[in-house]
Amino acid sequence: MKGLTETESAYMLIAKKTQGVANMDMKSGPKRLRIRWRTQDTELTLLALPTTLWYILFCFLPMFGLIIAFKDFKIHGGFLSNVIHSDWTGFKNFEFLFKSNDAWVVIRNTLGYNLIFIVLSIVVPVTLALMIGQLHSGKAGKIYQTLMFLPYFLSWVVVSAIVWAFLSFDKGIANQFLAVLGNDPVNWYMEPKYWPYFLVFMNVWKGLGYGMVIYLATITSIDSTYYEAAVIDGASKWQQARYLTLPLMKLVIVMMFILAVGRIFYTDFGLFFQVPRDSNSLFNVATTIDVLVYKQLKSATLGMASASAFLQSVMGCVTILIANWVVRLVDRESAMM
Amino acid sequence: MSSKGNFETGLDKFNRIRTGTNVVFHLIFIVLALLCLIPVLVVLSISLTSEDSIRESGYHLFPTAFSGDAYHYIVQQGTMITKALGISVLVTGLGTVLGVLLTTSMGYVLSRPNYKLKGLLTWIVFIPMVFNGGLVSSYYINSNMLGLKDSVWALILPLAVSSFNVIICKTFFRSTIPDALIESAEIDGSSQLRIYFSIVLPISLPVLATIGLFLCFAYWNDWFQSMLYIDNQSLYSLQALLNSLMTNVDALAKNASSMGISYAELVATMPKESARMAVAIVIVVPVAVAYPFFQKYFISGLTVGAVKG
Repeated sequence: MKGLTETESAYMLIAKKTQGVANMDMKSGPKRLRIRWRTQDTELTLLALPTTLWYILFCFLPMFGLIIAFKDFKIHGGFLSNVIHSDWTGFKNFEFLFKSNDAWVVIRNTLGYNLIFIVLSIVVPVTLALMIGQLHSGKAGKIYQTLMFLPYFLSWVVVSAIVWAFLSFDKGIANQFLAVLGNDPVNWYMEPKYWPYFLVFMNVWKGLGYGMVIYLATITSIDSTYYEAAVIDGASKWQQARYLTLPLMKLVIVMMFILAVGRIFYTDFGLFFQVPRDSNSLFNVATTIDVLVYKQLKSATLGMASASAFLQSVMGCVTILIANWVVRLVDRESAMM
Repeated sequence: MSSKGNFETGLDKFNRIRTGTNVVFHLIFIVLALLCLIPVLVVLSISLTSEDSIRESGYHLFPTAFSGDAYHYIVQQGTMITKALGISVLVTGLGTVLGVLLTTSMGYVLSRPNYKLKGLLTWIVFIPMVFNGGLVSSYYINSNMLGLKDSVWALILPLAVSSFNVIICKTFFRSTIPDALIESAEIDGSSQLRIYFSIVLPISLPVLATIGLFLCFAYWNDWFQSMLYIDNQSLYSLQALLNSLMTNVDALAKNASSMGISYAELVATMPKESARMAVAIVIVVPVAVAYPFFQKYFISGLTVGAVKG
């Protein structure tokens, strides 16, 4: 329910790059003469009806529901009548939100982690994609790539169980390792100082395989005659990567960067909720906007929850539109509209 | 890739990294591949370790005292895990079929160039990509207004459609199905519904496979919807079950009476730690077996249109 995820925008980007996929054309292609409504139009409308209904119920009604951020909303009773009858409170919910220290901590975390993730999710997969194509044995490369794709297909609940196996205080493998070295065990889930590293690592670990697929698809779509020409001119491997492959990948890299920046107010809820196991000691380092909204929702501090959700939706929309605008400036074909 | 003639294979051989570099690269990739594989193997190893050994010496990379108790227990204890597996399979199957139908029908309609409401529907699909109602209002509308609280549909419906998939479908239909084909069917008097079901869908298997597999993995791996909407334990999927076991492992002993012993007795004797990891393995195995094949579709799905132009 968050619009485009990073994965999806990446997929779309590649689809566009490799298939010459058309834009989301708002002004449809070749416009024929305006003729009157035909039977076909009725039939097509019927065919689109179920999905349209889905969009109204699961996308547009919630947008309307955002106004509860400005209301004194109570849970009991029907939703619609409640929204209409509850009192307007103006920006009171937002005042409460920003009076609590949480809001600032959480915004800092969201933006901070996302900046690190954006840089690493480009640098690491691009480097590895460049490297894996150079291995003498293509078969080994395929095997490595398949294995590195595995974490992408695990759910965060499973990942949380895996992390627990390593970091559990009394049974975890990490503490046993420390014991072998003669160190005291660490209560990992109580120590905020390690968690920025853990979270960044887990994010890279899970997204590595996917990123490599994206960038490898870009690399393999490069015409091999470029390299033949480069070799005949005496270019070394390093020079080929530096002056040929990277410049040809530049556009895709720039697009991925801008799209990721557009999603800077959204984080992967599973990473920040499941992996730290909702530990209170880790609140300051592991809570992002998505997690805060969920916690406020569950603790029934509805006013604040709706205010946070409203802020995220609006800020998210603004950044996505700005990012899309920049994409249009860089490469018209890649823009969403 | 380019082994057409001797010249090119010769060139490929010449244009290679040095053997030393090759070895270093291999080592780097072996380490990375193990980093991705070992954590899963650790979970497998824990699930195969005897409970006593875990209690005494904790988790290990390799089972210290091998035991199949955990699997024996979850088979014997039955109902809870079978039920969760059933819910997971049901949600994945039903959700994938429903999602593919909803996505492709909309994609097909949007791909018809002369359709009158195309502009409006394009906006309906596009707007949710940049703006959404957020978690709080979605939650209240789904649970309060649509009555999805504690219903299997809460796990299925909200994930069924994504604008991104609709656009992929639309683009696929637009670029692979010739207008002439549709028009000739129209002239022959077929309704659009019939064209969609008996012409468009059968010749669009690649995009159906891609969308279907995306949905399949999304439904199988989903735990968030359960966490939001499902309180009734008999509607837990495997992911939801594991999620609840992570916070309270004793939940596994829930239907102790069916096994003829008391709850307290069962909590004391059951292989908790290993059984929890065994549930994780039950989740991971189908995925781990399927994804190497899925991966091929996934990557080729990206280049679906490239071959056909």
